[in-house]
Amino acid sequence: MGRYLLKRIWGMVISFFGITIISFFIINLAPGSPTDLQTDLNPRITPEIIEKLRKHYDLDKPVHVRYIKWLKNLSTLDFGTSLSPDGRKVIDKIKERLPVTVLINLLAMIIIIIVSIPLGLYISINKGKWKERVITVLSFLFYSIPSFWLAILLILLFGIYFHILPISGLKSINYASMNSFEKILDLARHLVTPLIVATLGGIASFSRYVASNFDEALKQDYVTLARIKGVPEGVVIRKHALRNALIPVITILGLSVPGLIGGSVIFETIFAIPGMGQLFFQSVMGRDYPVIMGILVLSSVLTLLGNLLADIGYGLADPRIRYR
Amino acid sequence: MKDRKSYLNLTIKRFCEKKSALVALFFIVALIFLSFSYPLFSKTSPDEINVDRILMPPSLDHWFGTDALGRDVFARVLYGGRISLLVGFVSEGIAIMIGIIIGSISGYFGGRVDNIIMRFTDIMLCFPVFFLILSVIAFVEPSIWNIMIIIGLTGWMSVARLVRGEFLSLREREFVLYERAVGNSNLKIMFKHILPNALNPVIVSAAFGIAGAILTETALSFIGLGVQPPTPSWGNILTQGKDILEIAWWISLFPGLFILFSVLCYNLIGEGLKDALNPRQY
Repeated sequence: MGRYLLKRIWGMVISFFGITIISFFIINLAPGSPTDLQTDLNPRITPEIIEKLRKHYDLDKPVHVRYIKWLKNLSTLDFGTSLSPDGRKVIDKIKERLPVTVLINLLAMIIIIIVSIPLGLYISINKGKWKERVITVLSFLFYSIPSFWLAILLILLFGIYFHILPISGLKSINYASMNSFEKILDLARHLVTPLIVATLGGIASFSRYVASNFDEALKQDYVTLARIKGVPEGVVIRKHALRNALIPVITILGLSVPGLIGGSVIFETIFAIPGMGQLFFQSVMGRDYPVIMGILVLSSVLTLLGNLLADIGYGLADPRIRYR
Repeated sequence: MKDRKSYLNLTIKRFCEKKSALVALFFIVALIFLSFSYPLFSKTSPDEINVDRILMPPSLDHWFGTDALGRDVFARVLYGGRISLLVGFVSEGIAIMIGIIIGSISGYFGGRVDNIIMRFTDIMLCFPVFFLILSVIAFVEPSIWNIMIIIGLTGWMSVARLVRGEFLSLREREFVLYERAVGNSNLKIMFKHILPNALNPVIVSAAFGIAGAILTETALSFIGLGVQPPTPSWGNILTQGKDILEIAWWISLFPGLFILFSVLCYNLIGEGLKDALNPRQY
């Protein structure tokens, strides 16, 4: 296990360098310059001022020199300074946004797991009956629905027609004057709609995945053996089939991290949630290069960590897998 | 040759047994036909502005109503269908081409080449794809072609992995050994002899990929970085309608339904192909 971990961590270090290279060069080789937003359409800008600005942001130096400088700063968690008017440190900007996004994605993942495992089991057990058909059709529908369209429909339904849930942001105006119980309740009420949007597609695909794994597991010899031995069907399902069916699910969970984070751009924008996705969108629109690069690096490191956890979990759940 | 034909027949037969997939295929073909032949049977142009009929609800004259500029939403949705289908096909086509090339090189040569290529693929998989797309698209002009290229360039990783997996196992087979022994070039062996045997999972993932690409374009349109108006795409019609949803629900309802429906159809086709091309289940 120790050697395996070392090897994995070494692999992650290499991946990390790859991530920084891609993040840096995608942004810096793209046409346009971060100073465009300040200089374009501004009649008072002269070529000298553009030159000065370029010097100020080190844009006059060759790309690889800038990359190495940026990487050096990264090692001390210094992502540079934002180019937006507030001029704050990138790391501070991300720091206040990251917890919201991580919280929502963690909750989303937990909900996806809690709902789709029993649902997948249900689909598999009722295979061929009308119940399974209905669930399958519904899951295909939810899987195919554009997330923001669903978001708009839910806002209309819950927020405007029924007035039962708040439609944007994370906190009510009087949040500061609430006691801690009310605060949690308030947060939860704000999170209901975004979480529905964030989880429906995942539940749809994930439960189908669980169902097909479970189908496969039920065909295995050890299940037949257990049945022949006279083990009650409930125990066969819970102990023998389900456990084995769930092992590959761990990997898929790890792989779904980037998709969830990427999706946060859409629903954070719609629901005005101050998270990393919203910050990313704002930075892209404002050509805030340091913030874009910082978020690209951080979000992919999150994925790396997710994959590592998934691999370790995989090994813990399945003793047949030896760490090499 | 006879064998190949019977295999194809068998696959088609299996695909047709799955009714949902067949129906979905029928709808997609009908949709493509309708959106391309529309100018033949209707004179309504999708760009025709008419200030006398702004925001009219659906009627016999305008099946899907009119938008804020008095344009016919039905015509726009059908024209938008062309764009959205084009985006789906072309961007997934690009993704598959890149994926096949990278995956077959990686799987065929193995060893160090494989290590390096797969490391790169894994790194690309770490990025949230939507972030990658956004960070590029914001800096280039969001024309249809740029959007298709960028969606394609960021979507090849899963195809590459599938092709690589197939190649890794196929290259050990006797027929490959034979081709090598008679002195065929690597290129010929890879693309003429191995690739046709490795395509099944690619075809399945293509169907799902088209669905994904349509959704991605829609999402890009929603935040204003997709296909730019006045060129209609399902995504941007829907977006134009979202702010006036309460007074003119029809503008965003119909393109939304078309997106939902066509993505659903592609997913069903993919599901059907998966069963048809995987004979192990029978």
